[in-house]
Amino acid sequence: MADIAFLLLIFFLVTTTIETDSGINRKLPPMEEIEDPPIIKQKNIFTVVVNKNNQLLVEEELTDIDDLRRLAVEFLDNGGGEGEEACDFCLGARDPKSSDNPDKAIISLKNDRETSYKVYIAVQNELVAAYNVLRDREFLRLFPNERMNFVEANKKYTDPRTSPEEKERLKPKLDEVKLMFPQKLSEAEPSKTN
Amino acid sequence: MPAISTASLPDIVFMLLFFFMVATVMRDSTLMVKNQLPVADQIQKLDKKDRVMYIYAGAPSSRYVDKYGALPRIQLNDKFATVSEVGAFVLAERASKRQELQNVLTTALKVDGETKMGLITDIKQELRKVNALKINYTTRVGAYSQNIE
Repeated sequence: MADIAFLLLIFFLVTTTIETDSGINRKLPPMEEIEDPPIIKQKNIFTVVVNKNNQLLVEEELTDIDDLRRLAVEFLDNGGGEGEEACDFCLGARDPKSSDNPDKAIISLKNDRETSYKVYIAVQNELVAAYNVLRDREFLRLFPNERMNFVEANKKYTDPRTSPEEKERLKPKLDEVKLMFPQKLSEAEPSKTN
Repeated sequence: MPAISTASLPDIVFMLLFFFMVATVMRDSTLMVKNQLPVADQIQKLDKKDRVMYIYAGAPSSRYVDKYGALPRIQLNDKFATVSEVGAFVLAERASKRQELQNVLTTALKVDGETKMGLITDIKQELRKVNALKINYTTRVGAYSQNIE
């Protein structure tokens, strides 16, 4: 009896894997070229460049990866705009040289063909984290009854075990916070240094 | 010394067997590339298996180095492939799914941490061409700083 069990056990050990089934979700931009790109003010763009030595250049200055999250949050939350472009929920420094409003703020990422993938993932992780930090804050502020932050609410929404009624309830709230801080992450063609 | 009773041995083995049956998935294809995934914490769980297609990339594992070299390559299902074959692979996978699922497929990129971005950018460009815009960079769970020693 034990022999049969051993055989089956060895079979399963050999033919199966414990799947890693999580990762960073991203959406690629579609292929079609935009006829006339809208005019974007330089201050609304946050440039992140990674070279082949895996060094980071944030807004033209050499930076450590540990500072990236904080700098991205400062940029997105700045709210330096006036009048129509003013941002009433931003808690940032309101520096006129940084972004006007989170929905105009674009983060542009450029890497070299020789940049290492794990560094690219670390940078993506930190940029997505910056958006999530701000989205968490706003979700908690706007919907304190939910008693969870944006990331937890999103996880619940995508969980197949949640009831459809709860998903219906969560969806408009999630969408509202997503509109406040849209993920405008653009990736440029990598440079090729020979 | 009295002999230790082995009457419960089959029970222990069955328990181990049930654990493996429940906690694991049948492997689709044998991995021919090194696949040490990088680490991230801003992650979401991948959808059910029927809504995901997998693209593996990395340096060929030691068994295949002599035949295929040491440069990173793409693996689709069970074979090595070139960047140009990615488009055809995506279209084939899409066609093999049910009608309702065809527009919500995610492409999971399981890439070794040491691969250079040049190959990844080429893959992403091919995916854009076939309109496979939902992608997922598959990673292990952990702090981003572990990626940079």
